[in-house]
Order: sequence, then C-alpha cells, then structure tokens
Amino acid sequence: MAIREGKTFYYENASILSYASVVGKIESEGPYGDEFDEVIEDNKGGTQTFEQAEGLFQQKALKHAMDKANLTADETDLIFAGDLLNQCTGSSYGLKDFYIPFLGIFGACSTFAEGLLLAGAMVNAGYTDNTAAVTSSHFSSAERQFRFPLNYGGVRTPTAQWTATAAGAAIVAKTGKPPFIRAATVGKIEDMGINDLNNMGAAMAGAAYDTILRHFRHTGTSPESYDLIITGDLGQVGSEMLYELFKRDGINLESRHKDCGLLLYDREKQDVHAGGSGCGCSAAMMCGHFLKHVENGDLKRILYAATGALMSPTMVQQGGNIPGISHAVEISYK
Amino acid sequence: MNYSDKFRQNNIKKKKGGIILNISNQEYGELAKRVSPPSAMAKTIPMAFVIGGTICVIGEALLNIYGALGLSRDNAAALTSLSLIFLSILLTGLKLYDRIAQIAGAGTLVPITGFANSVCSPALDFKTEGYVLGLGAKMFVIAGPVIVYGVSASVIYGIIYYCIKLFSA
Amino acid sequence: MDMIMEYVWAFIIGGILCAIGQVLIDLTKLTPARILTSYVVAGVILGAIGVYEPLIELAGGGATVPLTGFGNLLAKGVREAVDENGLLGAFMGGFTSAAVGVSAAIFFSLIAALIFKPGTKVNNNA
Repeated sequence: MAIREGKTFYYENASILSYASVVGKIESEGPYGDEFDEVIEDNKGGTQTFEQAEGLFQQKALKHAMDKANLTADETDLIFAGDLLNQCTGSSYGLKDFYIPFLGIFGACSTFAEGLLLAGAMVNAGYTDNTAAVTSSHFSSAERQFRFPLNYGGVRTPTAQWTATAAGAAIVAKTGKPPFIRAATVGKIEDMGINDLNNMGAAMAGAAYDTILRHFRHTGTSPESYDLIITGDLGQVGSEMLYELFKRDGINLESRHKDCGLLLYDREKQDVHAGGSGCGCSAAMMCGHFLKHVENGDLKRILYAATGALMSPTMVQQGGNIPGISHAVEISYK
Repeated sequence: MNYSDKFRQNNIKKKKGGIILNISNQEYGELAKRVSPPSAMAKTIPMAFVIGGTICVIGEALLNIYGALGLSRDNAAALTSLSLIFLSILLTGLKLYDRIAQIAGAGTLVPITGFANSVCSPALDFKTEGYVLGLGAKMFVIAGPVIVYGVSASVIYGIIYYCIKLFSA
Repeated sequence: MDMIMEYVWAFIIGGILCAIGQVLIDLTKLTPARILTSYVVAGVILGAIGVYEPLIELAGGGATVPLTGFGNLLAKGVREAVDENGLLGAFMGGFTSAAVGVSAAIFFSLIAALIFKPGTKVNNNA
C-alpha cells in the first residue's frame, strides 16, 4: 500500500503505461518538433472554432496514448483531464465521445502533474486499472479568453509568455515497468502579490520553490539526487527567480533544472518572449520527450514540478493578485 | 498585505511550520522586478516614432490630396480619417495589422488606425459566437471606453464652455 | 519648401505622440485600452484650452491622425454646437464631430468581419 508522509505521497505500484502528445505548427518548428506524435498544422484542425480545436487536440492525444497501449475505451477506467478554458471546455467537449468515466480537474498550467498524481493514486490504491491523465492548451482560445482579440495590435511585454498549442496524454497502470511514478507532493496555493498578467512566471516561481523544497525535505533528497528537475512553464523570468530563491538556502538548482516553457520553442528564432506556457506546454514536453528517456533509462530519476498561475481575469480586474501553484511528481526508471 | 503573505509572515516570526516560503511579498516583488528583462526601449521607442510618424505623413498626404480635389478643410480631414480607418480595417482583416503592431508598438496604437483596429479585431474574433451577441455586442470591448470617456469629457467641456460664455457675456 | 516642411513636421509631431505612448507602455503597466482612452481625453482637454489647434496648424496630419486629434475634434464639435444651440450643444457636438470616425469604424468592421475569417495571431518568426 501507499505510504503517506507529511504532504508527500509514495507510490508502490504505478507506472506510466503509454503516453502521447499532439502539437500545433509553431510548436513543431521548435527544437523538439519531431518528437511529438502528431502535428496539427491548421490552427483550427479542420473544426469551426479554436475552442473546438482544443478539444480535438485532447481527443487525438488520448487516442494516440490508447492506441500505443492497445487499449479500448472499455479497458480505460477513468480520465482525469483539464485545460485553461472556462468550464474545462477542451476536456469536456473533446473527450465526450470516448464514453469513459471522467473527472475534470483544474490547476491552470500545473494540471498535467495534478492529473498524473491523481491517476497514480487511483491506480496504486487499486480503485482503477488503466487511468488516463490528459491536458491541453491552445494559444488562440487562451488569448481570446484571457487577453485580447487575436488580431488586436496590443503589444506583448518582454515578460509575457506564449501559450502552447499542444496536448499531452498519459495512461497510468500497474505494469511493473518504467517509467514508475514514485512520489508526489501536492502544492499549496501561494499568493506572492504579483498582479501583472504579463508576468506569470513571477507569479508561479514562489509556489514552485515551496513544492520542490518540501519534496526534497520529505524525501530526504537534494537536487543532485535527480537527473533532472523539470518545471512546467516558469519561463525565463520565473526560472531565474526560482534559482534566486534556492540560492537563499544555499542550494544550487540551476545545474539540474530544465523548464518546459524554455524548451518547447526556439526563443532565438520564435517570437515567444519569456517562453512557452499553458497546460499543454509541459504535458507535450513530458509526453513527447522526457518520459521516453525515463522509459529507456537515459534518465534514472526526474522530478516533474508543473507550475500553474491560478489567474482569474475577473479577480485581477478587481485588483486581486495572481496566486500560483505547483505539484511535484517524481518519476523514475527503477 | 494579503492573507497568504500574513500567514507566511506570522509563521516566519513564530519560527514554526518547518518548511515555509520565507520571503515577504515585498521582497519577492523586488526580486521579480530585478530579474524581469526591461523593455528594449532603445528599440521600441524609435520604432514607435518612425512608424507612427509615417502613418501621420500618410494622413498629411491624404489631407493635401483631398484638399487639392476641392474639399473643405473639415471635410478633407474627415475623409482622411475615413480612409485611414478603412486601410487599418483592411489590414486587420488580412491579419497584417497585428503583425505590424508587434514591431511598431505604440506607433500603430496611438493613430486613429489603432482605434479602428481595436473595433475591428473583436468583431472578427467574436464572429464565431454569432452576429448579434458575438460580433455586434463585442465590437466595442476595447474601444468602448474611448467613446465613453471621450464623449463624456466633451460634454463636461461643453457645459463649462457654456458657463464661461454666460458669465463673460 | 513649405510643402516639405509640412511633411517633416507631420512626421516629427506624429512620431513624438506615438513615442510618448510607447514610453507609457514600457515604463508603466497601462494597458493599450487605457492609453487610447487617456489620449482621447487628453485631446479633449488640450483642445479645450486651445493648445491643440496651433499644433494642427503646424503639423497637420501629425496632430490630427493620433487619437489626441480625435479628442480635439470632440472639443471643437462641442464648442461649435454650444455656440449655435446653447447648453443643449454640449450634448450634441461630441457625437456630431465624431460621427464619421465612429460610423466608419463600425461599418467597415462589420463588413470586414463578414468577409474575413477569424484567424490567429501570427508568430513573427525571425
């Protein structure tokens, strides 16, 4: 059985059975462009609207993951899924045709880690067998909901991030094979007083620091214990803040740290300012790249700390701040 | 100070809670400011100047052309605005205006073309939500305040102007 | 020669008005919508105290094309309407003078939205 220690969970038997990612055109032109399972060149993927397209991205990601494991919908017991849109539109509309029991989750851009740790917990506890975690984000639908109309000539500031058009799906089961989900630390909501809509990285760095540090303390590890510590979408600004925060404790995180927001795009050539963001950003990087390397043993042990800015445009307009959250999932080869 | 910060400060003070994010929101905000890259003002301001100035020169040229065609000064000015608005909306429809704006910054925001773009872009964007509640209702989500405060300011000015005239007469 | 200077002034004054907007974007957290609004209100005030007309004399399009020019137009319209119709004019002039700009923006936007497909923002790849 699983052991609970402090606020970190340990998993005895939960592995990632299969995983898949689907990305848009700009993402496919990034440095990891050829590692994703499918590229949907058209922004709307042949559907009528960007919101429908986001649903399609999730649908395709889950379908690819199920196909890889030769699973039918009947053999898939449960889905945890979420996205950035109001009412988790992408998930509820995109996954409805699978007829698989569904639990919608919201953790902003940290949703994929939230889904993984929940799926792992359900599988480990024996409630379900094959359990999927799916998330997506879409630049155009996010922009419409959170910022300005797409063809408006508003200026993006250098700290702004580019929402990834991408989706990732992973199916967790008791396979006894890597990649294993070993432990997870659930994040606390940290309101650091940041209220700049164009600086999400800064809003989330505090939460990432808190969760990663707690995970180190609970598990008795340090950055050197991991091959990589992967954060979700802190971007340029958030990553530097994270290093600074750890420096105060005399810990050097920089050497082991990678940020999906900084990896997904070629920041020299693509105009994404501080980096990528969105649920789909870290989901696609995990499912497209990192899990592959844990599965074949290139990476022995990684800590995946997805970060989310729990931002409500309404609250920000009312003068509120942007609280951040980060969930950490430890994934290993052994 | 918000609740989250207060909670953190209290715990730091009482030295309890073992693992706690030991930084105040103020210090954190300063850290955020320090690592955030500044706007490349050496590039953005000249670009805004040049592109904004160019749009104004186009306006001046149109003004002269319409004047030469025999229009009154006021009508030539109105027709110039109309032409610039048309061009801006055409470029917005062709998905070019926001591309230019990424380089021009305020250079495409401040001229009347920026106003036209702010009317056209939500209309185009919200077309998918229907012609009435989407396109029609959302057309002024950005430009609305311009009309609201512009017209209100002019009404206030009108009243003051009327009062001044009344007293000076 | 005068003709050339006219264009030079239009370029300089228009450019400066835009550059001020860019400074506001870079140094403050003002959103574009707030900047547009501030410019129009500033134009009304500058028009009301009589400093905008001389600027138009000098720079022509450089002063009328930026949104401050739109604000000045509102002030001018109100002034003329009050001269003609008294207090009622305060409620007439603004919309009358803004009519062409606003109607054009509304009508052309409607046509554009009907003709063009909504599309995404293009990433300016270098």
